[in-house]
Amino acid sequence: MNEPLVKVRGLKIGATVYPPGEKPHDIAIVHGVDFDLQKGQVLGLIGESGAGKSTIGLAAMAYGRGGVKITAGEVWVNGRDILKTSLKDIRALRGGEVTYVSQSAAASFNPAKQIMEQVIEAAVGHGKFSKSQAETRAIDLFAKLGLPDPENIGKRYPHQVSGGQLQRCMTALALCPEPDMVVFDEPTTALDVTTQIDVLAAIKEAIRDTGVAALYITHDLAVVAQISDHIMVLRHGEMVEYGDTGQIISAPKEDYTKALVSVRSIDHQEKPPGTDPVLSVTNITARYKGTKFDVLSDVSVDLYPGQTLAIVGESGSGKSTLARVITGLLPPREGQTNFAGQTLSDALAGRSRDELRELQMIYQMADVAMNPRQTVGTIIGRPLEFYFGLRGAEKKRRIRELLDAIEMGDGFIDRYPAELSGGQKQRVCIARSLAAKPKVIICDEVTSALDPLVADGILKLLLELQKAENVAYLFITHDLATVRAIADSIAVMYQGRVVRYGPKSKVLAPPFDDYTDLLLSSVPEMRLGWLEQVIANRKMESAGN
Amino acid sequence: MKNIPISAMIGLSFTGLYFFVAIFAPWIAPYGMAEVVGDVWEPSSAKYLLGTDSIGRDLLSRMIYGGRTTIFIATMATILSFTTGATLGFIAAVSGGWVDQLLSRFVDLIMSIPSLIFALVVLSVMPVTVNVLILVMGLLDSTRVFRLARAVAVDIAVMDYVEAARLRGEKLLWIIFREILPNALSPLVAEMGLRFIFMVLFVSTLSFLGLGVQPPQADWGGIVKENKDGIVYGIPAALAPAFAIATLSISVNLVADWVLNRTTSLKGGRG
Repeated sequence: MNEPLVKVRGLKIGATVYPPGEKPHDIAIVHGVDFDLQKGQVLGLIGESGAGKSTIGLAAMAYGRGGVKITAGEVWVNGRDILKTSLKDIRALRGGEVTYVSQSAAASFNPAKQIMEQVIEAAVGHGKFSKSQAETRAIDLFAKLGLPDPENIGKRYPHQVSGGQLQRCMTALALCPEPDMVVFDEPTTALDVTTQIDVLAAIKEAIRDTGVAALYITHDLAVVAQISDHIMVLRHGEMVEYGDTGQIISAPKEDYTKALVSVRSIDHQEKPPGTDPVLSVTNITARYKGTKFDVLSDVSVDLYPGQTLAIVGESGSGKSTLARVITGLLPPREGQTNFAGQTLSDALAGRSRDELRELQMIYQMADVAMNPRQTVGTIIGRPLEFYFGLRGAEKKRRIRELLDAIEMGDGFIDRYPAELSGGQKQRVCIARSLAAKPKVIICDEVTSALDPLVADGILKLLLELQKAENVAYLFITHDLATVRAIADSIAVMYQGRVVRYGPKSKVLAPPFDDYTDLLLSSVPEMRLGWLEQVIANRKMESAGN
Repeated sequence: MKNIPISAMIGLSFTGLYFFVAIFAPWIAPYGMAEVVGDVWEPSSAKYLLGTDSIGRDLLSRMIYGGRTTIFIATMATILSFTTGATLGFIAAVSGGWVDQLLSRFVDLIMSIPSLIFALVVLSVMPVTVNVLILVMGLLDSTRVFRLARAVAVDIAVMDYVEAARLRGEKLLWIIFREILPNALSPLVAEMGLRFIFMVLFVSTLSFLGLGVQPPQADWGGIVKENKDGIVYGIPAALAPAFAIATLSISVNLVADWVLNRTTSLKGGRG
């Protein structure tokens, strides 16, 4: 076997933490990781947040973000240990031999400069190409990555292209100096599924054509399965499993990998729609103040007691706006909301305390949905005090019950949100809404900020609570796997309209309308060759049309 | 109270010392405030630790009584400016709309007039008593606090937890004092240290110009004024208040820094 392009041995990475009131001390983030990467191969690094995958990716460029330090080990790139070479040599490496594609292209491009100028900067700066050569190469790459009008797109500014296009521009930026290796750090995570698939296909093709090696970092096993030759599963800074992509997804050895592969395997029996909807919105049309554009037009859906209605759509489809209309934060222009047999006032101020109590909401970002200066006990206790007038021992007893219901002990009563993990925070938010004994809970992307295994736990909890309390969920999400796991009926939204609505079994069964078809076929599936198959299907369809 | 850093310790002890001396002035000062005890501008000696002033009063005693007046006025004015400024600023941020417009534009209007000139005009028509001084200084300064409180609260008011409180049906006062105030405290505390010092300077300036504390009452600005002619003859009496103001400002800010560090910890500042 040839000498690998990148060879990492016993890599240890640490950081100094400064907890208030305590002495600063060092913690280890990555405890000794080894891997090899051959020329032209792709290694997928996968793990939950905090697994150290981005840290390892950056270490391949001899870089530690923030206060992060590489404490031990060797990183060999092109036959030299880059942790021991001079700063000048590292500078030649970064952006020359090894380049980086970050998660948010929008935050990484300078909004004040044209795209072309930024794409060729590294190649020209490292003296690899002259300006005109680099531009020719960039245009070539733009074409290869499937960007429209490759000749001229470089003259645009970052805000003049879409998010998916910008992510592809960033890939062009990384490939422009002809690097030996590219580090992709969650390049498609911030994109909608229908955009993700195009970017993914473009990246894959570009990697194949240029013969570059890549480290592909992501938390989504289905995505990484499409693109990498080998996969390394990481957890808490340690390697859990390493193997061929085929072996990892079809025959994982470790329990943790098995759990990752089989995630979202919740089996949920669909309930038939009842007769009396607890919440029904009819012909809602809404726009934001000062705009002349309807964010929602003519939306009507029904939610039955004890059931789950999933609102599915991509960003900008108006699904969160629908939640704002229902909660009264955004009075609609037309249409009305019926709740428990009564018409709700359009504005929040016109609703009675009982109406407010029976309609609760859980947010996407649990950490900003809770006041960071209130303890868990105060957060959960406030609705009890506010709606039911509970005080003292009785309130405490009920808080304990609720903590029990969300599978957390009473040890958490005096904790602050900052002392909880992401999943625990979301559980506390669920407890807060349950405390009001609501009939309907609006769940706005409640699992999308969580790691897959944690999200799974939250979904299971929600289903159990639904059974126990007979509460109905209006479940807003962009993730179809979540929908399959939890919904009884589904409304698919696109550009402010409901394009498909009905019981789950009908909505997810053919014949599909164009948009639902596109959406469903874009959800990454955990098998080899899925990406090629979908792309081939689409090409055939467009050729057939 | 363990784990106090050294800088905060120094700040606390000096601030404490100044406040202690201010409160117990009559028992600490060796002579009376307006008592003429010696010759004009005597140098410091065992009898008069800091020497005597322009008409032969003991400078140390004047400084102690003067500090009492200065610190009292500055403290009261700071409290007044923070309660009005922060409350109105929070109300403006949470209510938005015309309430915000009305309050903010009014504050802009007041701020467009230089505050020293505004204070001089008001004080030249009003009787100059301690209460009037506190009122004028506090209200003028509350415009600055208003701007800060509003700017901080506007960011907090759009957080999901505030929206959650609104959806729960909470009243304005709960949202202001329970949801927003605890999260706005850090910048406000930092500002409070700074504002207190500005108040000390403000009242000293007014007294120096003759529109602040009236003689024979002593305050630090007044002492500078009375002794400023001595500087020409190499008599350092006017520098004593300057030194006092400088040490007080530094020590108060050291304390404010420490409080700031404690309150920014999201784990309840229990560390």
